[in-house]
This record gives sequence, structure tokens and C-alpha cells, in this order.
Amino acid sequence: MKATGTKVIIETLIEQGCDTVFGYPGGAVLSIYDELYRHSDKIRHITCAHEQGAAHAADAYARVTGKTGVVIATSGPGATNLVTGIANAYLDSSPIVAITGNVPLSLLGKDSFQEVDITGVTMPITKHNYIVKDVNELADVIRETFFIAQSGRPGPVLIDVPKDVQTAVCNFEHKKTVKKERECFVTEEQLLLAAKLISQSEKPYIYCGGGVVISQAGEEIAKLAEKTDSPIGFSMMGLSAVSADNPYWLGMTGMHGRFASTKAHSEADLIIAVGVRFSDRATGNRAKYTQNAKVIHIDIDPAEINKNISVHCSLVGDVKEVVTKLLDRLEKKTNTQWMDAVQRMKNLETMRSDGDSAMHPEDIIEKVMEYTKDSTIVATDVGQHQMWVAQYYRFKKPRTHLTSGGLGAMGFGMGAAIGGCVASGGKRTVLFTGDGSFGMNLIELATAVTYSLPLVIILFNNGVLGMVRQWQHAFFDSRYSHTTLDRKTDFVKLAQAFGAAGYRATDIKTLEEALENAFKIQGPTVIDCVIDKEEKVYPMIPPEGSIDDIITR
Amino acid sequence: MKKGQFILSVLVANHAGVLTRVSGLFSRRNYNIDSLNVAVTEDPLFSRMTIIARGDQTVREQITKQLSKLHDVKKIELLTPEKTVLREHLLIKIRVTKKTRGEIVESVNIFRGRVVDFNIDALTVEVTGESDKLDAFIKFVSQFGILEMCRAGALAVKRGAGNDNKEEE
Repeated sequence: MKATGTKVIIETLIEQGCDTVFGYPGGAVLSIYDELYRHSDKIRHITCAHEQGAAHAADAYARVTGKTGVVIATSGPGATNLVTGIANAYLDSSPIVAITGNVPLSLLGKDSFQEVDITGVTMPITKHNYIVKDVNELADVIRETFFIAQSGRPGPVLIDVPKDVQTAVCNFEHKKTVKKERECFVTEEQLLLAAKLISQSEKPYIYCGGGVVISQAGEEIAKLAEKTDSPIGFSMMGLSAVSADNPYWLGMTGMHGRFASTKAHSEADLIIAVGVRFSDRATGNRAKYTQNAKVIHIDIDPAEINKNISVHCSLVGDVKEVVTKLLDRLEKKTNTQWMDAVQRMKNLETMRSDGDSAMHPEDIIEKVMEYTKDSTIVATDVGQHQMWVAQYYRFKKPRTHLTSGGLGAMGFGMGAAIGGCVASGGKRTVLFTGDGSFGMNLIELATAVTYSLPLVIILFNNGVLGMVRQWQHAFFDSRYSHTTLDRKTDFVKLAQAFGAAGYRATDIKTLEEALENAFKIQGPTVIDCVIDKEEKVYPMIPPEGSIDDIITR
Repeated sequence: MKKGQFILSVLVANHAGVLTRVSGLFSRRNYNIDSLNVAVTEDPLFSRMTIIARGDQTVREQITKQLSKLHDVKKIELLTPEKTVLREHLLIKIRVTKKTRGEIVESVNIFRGRVVDFNIDALTVEVTGESDKLDAFIKFVSQFGILEMCRAGALAVKRGAGNDNKEEE
């Protein structure tokens, strides 16, 4: 059939299984929005308040569903507003396709109104990007972007479509979609080497990352832990991969990891790293990292092998495939002494911070857990609250934890909660945020109200930029330069002004009352939880430090 | 080849922006390019880049793997100097006088170069060869005065009958 560029875009999106897009209209995407108007029965469009929110929402949608998230923005400022969202998806390996409009071909390169070279801008933060100058190539380019976004290690892809390419006409036929294959490049020798290292080890430790969530290999990791009698520690991205109820679960490791998880990580004689990239936040001082341990690295991305840590054995492939193959080659073993030692480390865990809050951050999180289900999507922003959630919230199901891991983008939370909520089919979704992070993208509260999304927004309000302040306390002799906000914002009134419900919680009792309501009503709720600014995130290992430098309070 | 240098022969898609993608990768990952040469191959769909870069084994491995992740990069080969024909090209303008002309022309012949432009007070010479040879020539003629020079990055192909452009399927 004959089709315009915009028709090609929409038809190909439908062909690729896309039924929800996030975005914001504008001059260079008018024709795309006109086509969306006509196809609103097939594709639902969520209009966010800012393109950054839309990009984070698409990212979160991808994290929850495993499908590719789609975001649409206009040229120029619309496109540049996506940048943080795209970078976030890139660093956390989240498959999104960003579609931007651009000025007509004849105006490209002339500094035209709302013209930005967005493919140039996003080159370092996308797996690949395109500017499509011929409408005949458009359909296949879109198919290719979906393929690239999902293949191997997932990530963002951007397509820039000039305005006149959107209206140009070409022939279009639907094609069958290519199903993603699980890739595996391991050899028998590598598997046997891994099995040998495991059988020789006395103190194995599984270091589980976001790749396990993406590959849906939580069950395999649980089996691996059981068969090798080895505790499981997590990078922040991997936290939801295995249920916190698993007896081998130690929680997050690294800079702000739980004590036992970080301690066991450093004392292990074998680290079985699965779907991780050895971030500096997780490893600390890399020279000391492998002092006592051998490392087996399992990952889909060959470029991650020996990038940050030199490993003794590498297994490249889809984590689920590789671990399944590895399991077949392992004998059941027990490491009683090691597991006893790990238990002693767990007994030493005292994480409660020592601020003067009427309610401590962990009390708030524990209280919220009384209301959430195992399947509840929990989003966070970035900062102290994010670390407290990573430490105390007990995730039970994969893809329920949405957080900005690699980029650490304050402002991620609101967009993420919206995307997560939409992806879950409108189920009640929790966002933990701080007054700093919330301030960055709170405008998306408007979006949540418009679409009547049942978000429970737990705002840790300490009036300061807590995490930066904590570093000023630890490393800059408590010179609190510009981290005390002193804003006087009334978040209850603010929520109400947006058309959301707002409550203030000053102690556990008022928190409980607020939660009772928040988990009942239809739209979004903001619960302003007042906490003491002296609350800190412990344990803490200074950057480039090791377990020897750990600060426990 | 200088210490730590290695030759990458990279087959890439021949369309706009590919050079930026490759050079951008080098700069943002903090790898050094000593020279880079790119032009279309016998198949207009592909270009070949010859990149001389520098680094230890870990850097070599990382560069190769990171390059492989670029969608436009079709094939990468790390060429071993012994099994590679490597050529650089030099255009150099040298100051001449009646007295020095003979000696300069003689040196051009020894280095198997050619005089490509002849003036009363300057000679432009082209010389092709491996890096060391060009260095030696430049060093020799510098005594006469170099007015201008232009040196292209290395080109390299593997010795033997194989064709790297054919993708191994």
C-alpha cells in the first residue's frame, strides 16, 4: 500500500508490538501526532509534562515489561530534553526507541528554528542512531532500531525524522517481526574451567547484577546459589533479581551496600559475577578487589570482560543460557565454614542511622512494605532515600525495582513511577523520593493526575540535599555549601494544587493514617515524610576504598 | 612501528557519520589514535579504515571490542606488522638553492621518492613507505629547510590472497 512517512512510523510501531508511547507534541512531529490521533485505538499515548519525564517513563515501561519503550519528541528543545532520559537508559541497559522530528531536509544545517543535530548529540549515549532522509528507508530503519534496542545488551536507539520525510509517500508492506534469540558464545572448555574454579573454591560469592533481571534468570541464580552453597550479593541494578526471602540473599553490595554483603564480597575466594559491569560504586578500590579472589564473569556484552576487572574465566552469552549450561556441569557442594562465617557477618549488621527523626527512614520503608504486595512496582529517585530503599526494601519479584543506577539522575523517579504504573496496567505504584529529587521533575505530578495514576509518593523531606551533604560531612569538614535548601515548599498544598492528595507524616502514626488513605484512593498521593537532616546512609565505603575503610556509623 | 603501536583494519558501512562514531568512541573512552585513514573500498557499500593506535594488551582488547559494538562497524582485524603491507605517504616542500639541488634530488632517488613540483627555490617531493623511512627522509632534508609538509596516515593490507571485505558468515 501507499503510505506517508508518519503512517509508516505508526504501522511499524504496531507491527513491532508497541501499544503504548510516551511523548510530547510539537511543531516537527505534528504529522506523527495526527497519525496517532487516527490510531488512538491501537496506540495509547501518554502526554507527559516534559520530554525528560516522557523518556524516563518509556525507560521504566521497558524495565517493567521487558518490551521496548517508545518516546516521541519534537525537534530542538524537545529532542534535547530527552538527553538525560536516553543517557539513563544507556547506562542501565534499558531498551528504548526515541523518535524525534526535525526540520525539513532543505532546512537542515541552516540553524533553522528548533533545529538541533540530535543524532550528533546522542551518539555517545545510544547504541545507534539514525537520521532518515529517504522515506523508502523508514520502515526498515524502525524495524532495525527495535532489533538493536533489544539485541545483546539492550539499550536506547534514536531515530530522527525530518518533517518532509514524515509527509513523503512510499510503498509500505508489513513484515514479520524477528524474535529475539538468546545468544550464547561459551565453549565447553570455558564452562569446565568455571566448574573447576567453583569446585576448588571454599568461599564462593555470587555477585548478581541487572543482567540477571533483564535475562529473567533469577531462578537459575537461586539454583546456582544452592548448588554451590554460596551467598548472593547484588549490585543495585540486580536487587530485584532474586527474592529477598531467599536464604542465600545478602542484599546490595558496595559503597552503601549491606554490611554482610560487602564484607562477604571482600572475603570471598571466588566471585561469580553475573550480569554486572563491576561499577566503581560496587567494587570500590579495584586494585584491592581481586586481591584474595578469582573471578568468573558471565555477561552478554563481550566488551565488559576485562574492562574494569581482569577476570580468570569469562563466559559470554545470555545469562540465563550460560548459567543453565554451567549448572549442568556443577556438582553439589557445601561450604559450611564459609556459610557460618557469612551468618556471623549478618549478625553484625547494625544499619539503623542515628538521626533524631521521630521516624527513621527504615521505619518509613518498613511501614510502606506493610501495604505493598510482592508485585508492587517501586520506583526511586536518587540520593539517600534511594540507598535506604536499596538497603531495606525487600524486593520479591524481578522488574519491580526502578532506579537510576549508572547515571544517578535526580528527577528519574516521577517519570519512572508513571511509566512503571502504566506498564503494570495501572496498578498502585510506589515512588520513594527526596525533596531534592522530587523538586527536579515534580511537574509530572500533573501527568499522574491527568491519567489518574495511583502513585503513592513517599517524600523523604529533610530540607537538604542529603547525600551531597553527607559527603560534605564526611570529606569536607561539614562545610555544608549550598546543600541546605530552605525552600519553605508546602508539599501538601502543592499536591493539592496539582489535583493530587497530600498528607504530612511526622511520626509513624500519622504515616500510617496517610498510607491507609493513599492505598485506597484513585489518583496520586504525596506523603510528605519529615525526617531529620542528620540521618545518614550507613554503612559507607569512601570512593576508592575497601572493606577496611568501611564507616558503619 | 613505534613501541606499543598496533594496526587496526576496520571495515565500516559507507555512509555519513561513521567517521564521527569511530573517532568519538576513541576520544570518549580515552584511547589515542596515532593515525586514521578512511576511504571507500571496491564495494561502494563499505569503507575501510586503517587505524594506528597505541596501548597495552588490555587497551587493544578493549578498543577492538568497543569498536565491534558500533552498528556501522562490520569487521575488525588487528594486523600483525610482519604479515602486513603498511604504507604512508609524504608530500614535502623543501627549500633549494643551486648548490643544494643536486644533493636533494639524489636523496629523493635514494628514498625512491619523486619530485612532483619543481621551482627555482623549492622542490615538492612525494615519498611513500613505512613510517621509519619517511621519518628518516624528513630528518635528512630538514637541514635544507622544510617549507611545508603533509603526511597521510598509514594504509595497510594483509599480505597474501585473502580479501577481508568478504564477511565470514
